[in-house]
Formats: sequence, structure tokens, C-alpha cells
Amino acid sequence: MSIDANARYAESHEYARIDGAAVVCGISDHAQAELGDIVFIELPAVGKSLKKGENFGTVESVKAASDLYMPISGTIAEVNDALHADPALVNREPYGAGWLIKITPADLSEMDKLMDAKTYGKTIGEE
Amino acid sequence: MAPFAGYEMPISYPTGAVEEHAITRRSVGLFDIDHMGQFEVSGPGADAYVARMVSAKTSDMEAPMARYSLLLDERGLVLDDLFIYKLESSWWIVVNASNREQDLAWFMEHKTPGVTITDHSDATYMIAVQGPNAIALLDKVGAPAVSALERFTWGRIRIDSIDILFGRTGYTGEDGGELFFPAEHAERLWNYLLEKGGELGIETKPIGLAARDSLRFEAGMPLHGHEISQSINAIEAGFKWACDFEKDFIGKQALLDIISAGPSRKLVGIEVTGGVPREGYEVAGADGTIIGRCVAGMYCPTVKKYAANAFVEPAFAKSGTAVKVIIRGQPKDAVVVKRPLYIPAYRR
Repeated sequence: MSIDANARYAESHEYARIDGAAVVCGISDHAQAELGDIVFIELPAVGKSLKKGENFGTVESVKAASDLYMPISGTIAEVNDALHADPALVNREPYGAGWLIKITPADLSEMDKLMDAKTYGKTIGEE
Repeated sequence: MAPFAGYEMPISYPTGAVEEHAITRRSVGLFDIDHMGQFEVSGPGADAYVARMVSAKTSDMEAPMARYSLLLDERGLVLDDLFIYKLESSWWIVVNASNREQDLAWFMEHKTPGVTITDHSDATYMIAVQGPNAIALLDKVGAPAVSALERFTWGRIRIDSIDILFGRTGYTGEDGGELFFPAEHAERLWNYLLEKGGELGIETKPIGLAARDSLRFEAGMPLHGHEISQSINAIEAGFKWACDFEKDFIGKQALLDIISAGPSRKLVGIEVTGGVPREGYEVAGADGTIIGRCVAGMYCPTVKKYAANAFVEPAFAKSGTAVKVIIRGQPKDAVVVKRPLYIPAYRR
């Protein structure tokens, strides 16, 4: 199970990674594996402001639907349009091309409240 | 793995449900469906008894014919759906795992003199081999050639010294068949088919329950407990075609009454945009009034649509009717569509 060392992680398995002025957010490799084949993703409108912990969308797999939660507060700067036609990209490249949203952060210090890669690894049972 | 009808079964293999579905549509999928039940009905009274018990026409059935049928109660409600095979001197009836005990009890309860019913379920293993290359694979590994069999007929073949009853039918919408053979050979035959597929360059993979569901769903086939059930009658589910009204059968009068009065709801296909419809989700008319409920729904990987089967008020049952499916609190645009979404091989 791969973990992006450059990202920080929420308990609900979203990751957040600083990318210039924005924070890229997606779901971890562990999360995509648990979900199974992803068949539909609902993402928020660009410009929407959401707080840490608020629901920003849904990921639907063959077996179930899962809510997505903001790892930090901010405004939606960009959403990954490629996921309309190819939701399985999240399964294949959760940390790369399968990113979900880019956030303009309201308070970057919220990143400190997320788990670092090593701690996240421990919570999902990795070494 | 997940529990299903008292068995532990794979929802999907490491391949994943969407790819397993695709493999079955492009080459060969193997399905371990041993959980299903098999009864044999024999004796001088068997023909008349079977004719009365099942909805489908049996009077024209001779070996090696096989046919789909419903098992109804006196109210026309669907106790199970079956495949019936007219063997050399008996009837071979294949039932759903979840209904096996109740079906056997029902058959026994209605048994007439001169009828012997044998439950072969435990001694018999069942594997399905489905896909456009299934017949070619089986021709290469077994004899006599199953390609010589017409659809909906059976033949006795041997693969790797195992005697097999083969029925050229299936539950995926692809060509291929279902294999019945002594349970002690199960692992050997399963592994043999996978290995041979590999050797012959015919892509052959094991397929789990999730793909089994999306395959049958696309092909318009019902799953008991969803499109048909003990609280659904054959008419509202659209199975008049599986009933022979020229004969007497259990449930016949109830169905005639329903046909005459008109069913109070109808099973339709619905295509949705903006989410995945699932079992239990409500269906609303354009004005927001709830007019039905989904009994099954999913992403369909071959036709690339998000679709459901739902029972709706008859006024909304026409293809092209705009409706909404309530997905996790949100009404999503949807339209009633013709089924099946994917034309089964036997109809092409």
C-alpha cells in the first residue's frame, strides 16, 4: 500500500499536499483499495467555500457510496474534470492524476492537525 | 469474500469487478456457482407434475431441451426462477441457492403419486463458463464438441476424464454454458479450465458476484429478491412470456386476474445522470411525488451507463418518461428506458 510522503492525511483517508499556492486533495491508496472499482465521483463547484470536515463530494464504487470531507478549510480552486469520463483514474493514480480537488487554503496551519505520512501509515497498519 | 445464501463467496477477485465484467464480455469468465441447487424429478407422473408446478411451457419439451421458468405460488407471486432440463428420462431443475430449501419443501408439498424427487445439490458442483470464447475453449478441452449444441439444449461431455452435464445457457448475456458434475472433481476442473485457457491463449479468468450482477443486469435478467420475489407477481415483473396459459399451473388464475385488472405497478429500466442508482432508492415523478422504488441499480461497464430496475406506477412505465431518482437525498435526472440495455447473445 503506497503512501505519499509529501502529503498529510485525515482520519477519513483524504490526503492534502501543498502545491504552490494551492493544496491538492485526494484519497489515499488505502482508501481506493478499500472502495474497490470507483465508478462515479461527485465534486463541488469551483469557488465554493467549505470548512475542514465538511462534505465536499461523493465517491461511488461498485459496492458503496462514500462521502468526501475537506481535510482543511478553504475555497475550491479547481476540480479534476478528467474524473467524469474516467473515475477509475482515482484507483490507478490516487496521488497523481487521480487528484480530486485543489483548495485555496483559509488557514495553512490546519495542515499541522493532519497526520504525517508515517503516522498515517501506522493507523492503516503499515510499517 | 462475503456471505451469500449460507456460503462464503467472492464479491470480486483481485482483478476487480469492472475488469471481470469486461473479461466475460470479451473472452471467457469462470463462475463458481455451486451454491445453486439441483433437483431431479422422475417417475411416471413427472411430466404432468412438472407441468403443473412451473409456469413455462413443458408440453413440447423433449431431450435435449432446456428452458427458463418461474415457480409461482397460488397468488402468482414468484417463489423462484428456474432452469428446467428435459433429460433422457427425468427433469433436471436448477434453483437459486437462497431458495433451495423452500423450493424443495414446496416441490415435496405438492408431490403427486408416481413422482420421485431427488435433491442432487450437495453431490453436484456447478460452474458457468461464459463469454464469446467460451464455446471455443470448451470445444478444445472437452468432447464431444459443445459447439454442436443449440442454445437452450444440453449435452453430456467429458473434460479431463470428468463426466459433465452441459447446458448451453447462462446468466450473463454471453454465449457459453453451465456445467454440472460430481462435486469431488470441482477443484480439478476449475484449475484445469484456467490452465488450459492460459495455454491456448484464450483469456480465461474467475469472476466474482459483483460482476455476475452487473452482467446479468445489463442483459435484462432478473435476480430473485430484486426484480422478482415472493412479494412480486409474474405480470408486474414482465414475465407473462415465461407463462404457458394453455395449461394449468399453480398461480395461473391469479395471473389471469392481474392481467384483467391491470398490474398496480410495473418493472422498468431507468437511466440516471449524476450518480449511481441503487436498490431501495426512491423514484419520483417530475413534480417530486414518489412513484416508485429501485430494486437494483449500478454502473453498467459495457454500455457505460448508470442504470436501475424499478417498480413504478403504471402511468410512468413508458419508455422516455422523465423521472427522478433520489440518490442520498438528492433528486437526480433520470429517464425510463427499454430493457435490456445489452442484447444477450442468444438474441443477436
